Amino acid sequence: MIDKRFKIANKIFKSRLIVGTGKYKSFSECAKAIKTSGADIVTVAVRRVNISNKNKARLMDYIDPKKITYLPNTAGCFTAEDAIRTLRLAREIGGWKLVKLEVLGDKKNLFPEMIETLRSTELLTKEGFKVMVYCNDDPLMAKRLVNAGAVAIMPLAAPIGSGLGIQNKVNIKIIRKQTKLPLIIDAGIGQASDATTAMELGCDGVLINTAIAKAKYPIQMAEAMKYAVISGRKSFLSGRINPSLLGSASTTNKGII
Amino acid sequence: MNIKNKIKITVNGKQMQIITKFTLKSLITKLKMPLNKIAIELNKKIIDKNRISKIQLKKGDKIEIVHFIGGG
Repeated sequence: MIDKRFKIANKIFKSRLIVGTGKYKSFSECAKAIKTSGADIVTVAVRRVNISNKNKARLMDYIDPKKITYLPNTAGCFTAEDAIRTLRLAREIGGWKLVKLEVLGDKKNLFPEMIETLRSTELLTKEGFKVMVYCNDDPLMAKRLVNAGAVAIMPLAAPIGSGLGIQNKVNIKIIRKQTKLPLIIDAGIGQASDATTAMELGCDGVLINTAIAKAKYPIQMAEAMKYAVISGRKSFLSGRINPSLLGSASTTNKGII
Repeated sequence: MNIKNKIKITVNGKQMQIITKFTLKSLITKLKMPLNKIAIELNKKIIDKNRISKIQLKKGDKIEIVHFIGGG
């Protein structure tokens, strides 16, 4: 079966794996991991420039935004106002309209504050932003985000950076059934099989940062994630067999001696 | 230089002294910031980078200069 193209806000992307650029040992390791992963979208954060060290290396020196789509995030924002301020600044740096909204509500588990997230989605959409929304795995909230103008729904699999894998497959499946928007698992992936599972549930993509950046061998893990996403997508499209509690021999009994 | 000619501003949370009639462009040049990789906020208002040579800094101005860093 031929796959349909991976499209977000009318833009086509080759890879269904989106990679975060945080937590790497160095920019060069980060750049190498991204190249190996095959990702053509990377998330980035907006922060103050260090004015006392003018010659410090910059992310943009290592990852060319003309070749890789930068997806600015709102990491560390706890209100709609903070998130909007951050993304306006991001847009000013290079004119990006495609953004990742992430409004947090709890410093310990980093769960999204959904009321503020919903409000921000509405406001940012009105300002012309194309908003990909980090959210909890609540199907009702996902519906509200669709109505608010989100261009992609990005539920967590588990808390950010936890590596726990997909905790609520049922909810992800329900969200998949009810929306035609790109559905991307964001946060909580720990290993390649988690990424495959996400794709087998019918997700359109997976966003991974910590599982790659903090792996013992990040470049190798980037490669593993690349194939995990491809594999999971193909598996999903191939139409799995019906599970059965009974055995069904692969070898015919005909001609048995 | 006469102290009367100096004013205090805040850049990225740090106090700086500049001479009067210093433009935002002079500040960016002094800090060696590549314009195409940053965004600037002056007193919480985003500044159009094409206009920075026309903006003269005033006493107590708060400037934020941001760029992209690694994030998830």
